[in-house]
Amino acid sequence: MVRADRSAGPWRRLWPYVRRYRQSFSLGFLSIVTGTAVQLTSPWVLKLAVDDLTLGVTRTKLLYYAGLTLAIACVGGFFRFLTRRVIVGISRHIEYDLRNDFFGHLQRFPMGYFQATRTGDLMSRATNDLNAVRMMVGPSIMYSASTVLTFIVAILAMLSLDAWLTLVALAPLPLVSISVKVFGSAIHRRFERIQAQLSDISAIAQEALSGVRVVRAYGQEPEELERFRRANQEYVDRNRGLIRLQGVFYPSMTLFLGLGALLVLWQGSIEVIEGRITVGDLVAFNAYLVMLAWPMIAFGWVTNMLQRGLASWKRMLEVLDEQPAFGDASTAHTTPPAAPPAGMKGRIEFRDLTFAYNGRPVLEGISVAIEPGQTVALVGPTGSGKSTLISFLPRLNDPPPGTVFLDGVDIRTLPLASLRAAIGFVPQEAFLFSDTLADNVSFAPEVASLDGPAREAAVRESAAVARLDKDVADFPKGYETMVGERGITLSGGQKQRTALARAIAMNPRVLVLDDALSAVDTYTEEEILSRLRGVMRERTSIIVSHRISTVREADLILVLDDGRIVERGTHDTLVAEDGAYAELHRQQLLEEALAES
Amino acid sequence: MAAHEEEVLGKAYDSRLMRRLLSYLWPYKWQALTALGAIITNSALQLAPPYLTKLAIDEHIAVGRLEGLGTIAALFLGALAGSFVMDYLQTWLMQMTGQRIMFDLRMQIYGRLQQLDLRFYDRNPVGRLMTRVTSDVDVLNDLFTAGVVAIFGDIFTLLGIMVVLVVMDWRLALVTFAVLPLIALVTQWFRRNVRDSYRTVRMWIARINAFLQENITGMTTVQLFRREAMNYGRFDDINAKHRAANIDSIFYYAVFYPAIEIIGALAAALIIWYGGLRVMEGVVTLGALVAFLQYSARFFRPISDMSEKFNVLQSAMASSERIFTLIDEPVAVQDPDAPAHRDPRQAPHVRFEHVWFAYVGEDYVLKDVSFEVLPGERIGIVGATGSGKTTLINLLMRFYNVSRGRILIDGVDIRELALEDVRAMCALVLQDVHLFSGTIGDNIRLGEPLSEEAVQRAAVAVGADRFISALPLGYKSPLGERGSSLSVGQKQLLSFARALAFDRPVLVLDEATSSVDTETELLIRQALEVLMRGRTTLAIAHRLSTIQDMDRILVLHKGVLRESGTHQELLAERGIYYKLYQLQFQERGAEVARRE
Repeated sequence: MVRADRSAGPWRRLWPYVRRYRQSFSLGFLSIVTGTAVQLTSPWVLKLAVDDLTLGVTRTKLLYYAGLTLAIACVGGFFRFLTRRVIVGISRHIEYDLRNDFFGHLQRFPMGYFQATRTGDLMSRATNDLNAVRMMVGPSIMYSASTVLTFIVAILAMLSLDAWLTLVALAPLPLVSISVKVFGSAIHRRFERIQAQLSDISAIAQEALSGVRVVRAYGQEPEELERFRRANQEYVDRNRGLIRLQGVFYPSMTLFLGLGALLVLWQGSIEVIEGRITVGDLVAFNAYLVMLAWPMIAFGWVTNMLQRGLASWKRMLEVLDEQPAFGDASTAHTTPPAAPPAGMKGRIEFRDLTFAYNGRPVLEGISVAIEPGQTVALVGPTGSGKSTLISFLPRLNDPPPGTVFLDGVDIRTLPLASLRAAIGFVPQEAFLFSDTLADNVSFAPEVASLDGPAREAAVRESAAVARLDKDVADFPKGYETMVGERGITLSGGQKQRTALARAIAMNPRVLVLDDALSAVDTYTEEEILSRLRGVMRERTSIIVSHRISTVREADLILVLDDGRIVERGTHDTLVAEDGAYAELHRQQLLEEALAES
Repeated sequence: MAAHEEEVLGKAYDSRLMRRLLSYLWPYKWQALTALGAIITNSALQLAPPYLTKLAIDEHIAVGRLEGLGTIAALFLGALAGSFVMDYLQTWLMQMTGQRIMFDLRMQIYGRLQQLDLRFYDRNPVGRLMTRVTSDVDVLNDLFTAGVVAIFGDIFTLLGIMVVLVVMDWRLALVTFAVLPLIALVTQWFRRNVRDSYRTVRMWIARINAFLQENITGMTTVQLFRREAMNYGRFDDINAKHRAANIDSIFYYAVFYPAIEIIGALAAALIIWYGGLRVMEGVVTLGALVAFLQYSARFFRPISDMSEKFNVLQSAMASSERIFTLIDEPVAVQDPDAPAHRDPRQAPHVRFEHVWFAYVGEDYVLKDVSFEVLPGERIGIVGATGSGKTTLINLLMRFYNVSRGRILIDGVDIRELALEDVRAMCALVLQDVHLFSGTIGDNIRLGEPLSEEAVQRAAVAVGADRFISALPLGYKSPLGERGSSLSVGQKQLLSFARALAFDRPVLVLDEATSSVDTETELLIRQALEVLMRGRTTLAIAHRLSTIQDMDRILVLHKGVLRESGTHQELLAERGIYYKLYQLQFQERGAEVARRE
């Protein structure tokens, strides 16, 4: 990770990435200079050859000039080859460094960041913007350097041939610059208007396509088509304006440069006839003028690349300047994964925990101590704060200081990596990676790095506890089955069970299930719970669930409502109390009866 | 996910696709032909300056004659001006044609999207369809504006130069052409290698994107399992391979461009040597030699351009393949050849006869469902989530065709009726109200030519007028993105006003009352009374309280129609409805207890 002063300007922030390739950059510049200089000598050879041809020449001399022309091209070509390889190569290296840093940085953001930021937005910064930055540090440097050099040297050479003729030839030049300026900004404005219209078209289509049922039900297809047609027509109309401009702009470039050539031919011929310059001078002069054409065109193009690159780099900096989670370096990719801390008991305590989010109280005065080996269940309606409460344990959300303790230590003072190594967390929405089942189950680094048979055994054991084994038996490739986009699609229940196996495999001191079996049928859930009880005898479990059947056997049941613990006790005592829990219990008995009918 | 599909690269040239693409050019054949004429003229005009240079040197400089030089300058100027006009004409015609073709393609794609049934929409996420309408079409535009046309221009320039050279001096021309096989060789080598390395680069960038996407979405899991270092390592690995592939491809570019230049210099060297000899022999003039040099410099530019066009062609083929697949998608739900018509304003007699339906394969969500709805009847449909309630409505609206059995309207199979007549019979109100950008009034009348009064009357009747009139702009108030400025209840009232304004004989409610607070619920209930007056009603309800007064209640359970009758009859049956009722009663009780 490149460190830099965060308050520095965007150019300064780019410097550390550029600096490490400064030697290659020097080589690149050297080869640009040499290559351009060498190539600019070829019109001079032409001049000598033509002059000799008018004054009388030998066969050897002709051969010599021909050889020289070829030699110059070979040397120049070699340096051009070198330039491209070095400079564009560097840009690929910088792209690689930036992409790695960008990803490494993202890895340290807290959960909230990813909830608040659209994935597509981050993706576009890591792809489109990164590419624009690369173009800025690579090709645009290459082109602008050679453009400036060619420009200076060619004009110097022309001046040394004939100062007056140079002035005449360059007379249309201001026209070129003016039209680049005038047309350039007008084209830019129109281009933006076109882009805006394109996003209107997208918005209209998006709206109608996502509301397809309403459109069909009210027979609005012709109207939608008409709305789309109008937006589309407007797009064509706006493009018409741009095309008209571009149609004039590019040909006028050719025209201005052609005018230069015309003036040279006209004025030059007169001067040759009057004997002030030779035919060779005139021919060479023309050749230099042709060489100038390229910098003229490249100029607008390069400034465009630089502008885009800078804007994109600023967008990337918005992400890179974001502070990582909790400033804890133990989870940075540069730190090797922490082993689970030895001797940890797994005693958890919430001490008078009150938490508000966006000014709205989510949890109030939560106090509970959970002994090692206990199983505690949380029940309560949606939005009562259950998920928020357990999200503090692996610090997915940061609890207020002095409220959450593991073995008597405030979890905020523990290294993030050791804390997370102690806690196996199974979320409701199981996220699996497009890898094999075995890779997904052995996701934790300490399991993934086991050697073949040991890893396989760990996968099998935890899959058996999570009752994934009976499903895997039906897969032809067993645990080597690919899941996700390029593999099979697992059902919601299978995904949840894989996520459970993944957490069990890491052998955690504390297992947290956040409504993690909601998509598993009750019979299988029963099996899983009884197997879990065997594995978790020595460990602490916290289970959030909507189902009474899941929490019935817990040592302690907490009923949450509106951020507070409203009831606590075992299944039997709570049913006897005839409160909210008992209500829930009755309701579920009815649901069960319904499901069986 | 779509990303993989988008990354597939097909052939660079597919004659079947190309023919079909060119058929879009057909309506604009005159513009295209004129543009082609302009291109050819332009290529010819661009041949003039070197030749005029030759004339200036041979006829004037060499003999020291000033008069007549003006004519050459005038011709030069004429060629420049002509070339300017032709270039403008060509750009204008070709780009506008490109725009019109894009317009046509977009309309065709969008038109097809309006016809395709909901099964298609179930399979294809909206994001993917958007790509077809926007970026895929854009890629094709490049083909028409930059690709095909420019290649024609390049070819004409090359041919023109060759002809002029042969005419000036065929021996020197042949010597110059001696380098052509070299060019062919280098270009072949470049094209073959670049195509392969382009593929490799695309493959690695696709992997990078997939990996990033997955890791960003699953970042919480990565962090919980402390996989940061390992996943960073894997990312680094892919990233490095992408870099290596790119650096490989730089090599081919780095060799190709200088190589073409060196070959150009070889041609120049040959002209200087052999041409010089011919000048010494007095067979070739000095002017011709200079002209030869200038022509040969122009000769090589189009060749290096052409290899760039290759990429344009390749992505255009991939995009057009995807677009045509969509356009060719068969429309499953459509009007029969000779549709029967019925007056949609007439209240229908609906009959489901042994209806089976599966969204996918044999996975039936409705099994052998039969029932009847008489004109003016009010029917409530209840059942647990996934029991098939919404599917019933989807079939009645003919969003899908039934898998087995049939639905009769006034005794006619729904598939034999005009689609328009079937849908114009029902006013549909959904749980998630879909609002369009535009004003509140627009959202009530949609595209229909309803008067302000009619719109307001509907809003007043359902009780939406109160909050609408309170807005500064009233019915002309623009809605934020998807109506974000309105509450859920207000949106629901708006959709009721819409349903009332359309004044259709059948009212279809899909859980339309489930997600609002108690106060709004009262408003909505009153609105519903107004809506149902004099209409046949089919209402799916989660809250049983809303359908207690219905003429008949259908109870769906796991796709089977299990019970049917009035509230009282069903309660007396002590079946599923009875259990559902008890359950809700409990829920309501618990809720009330909690609120207190």
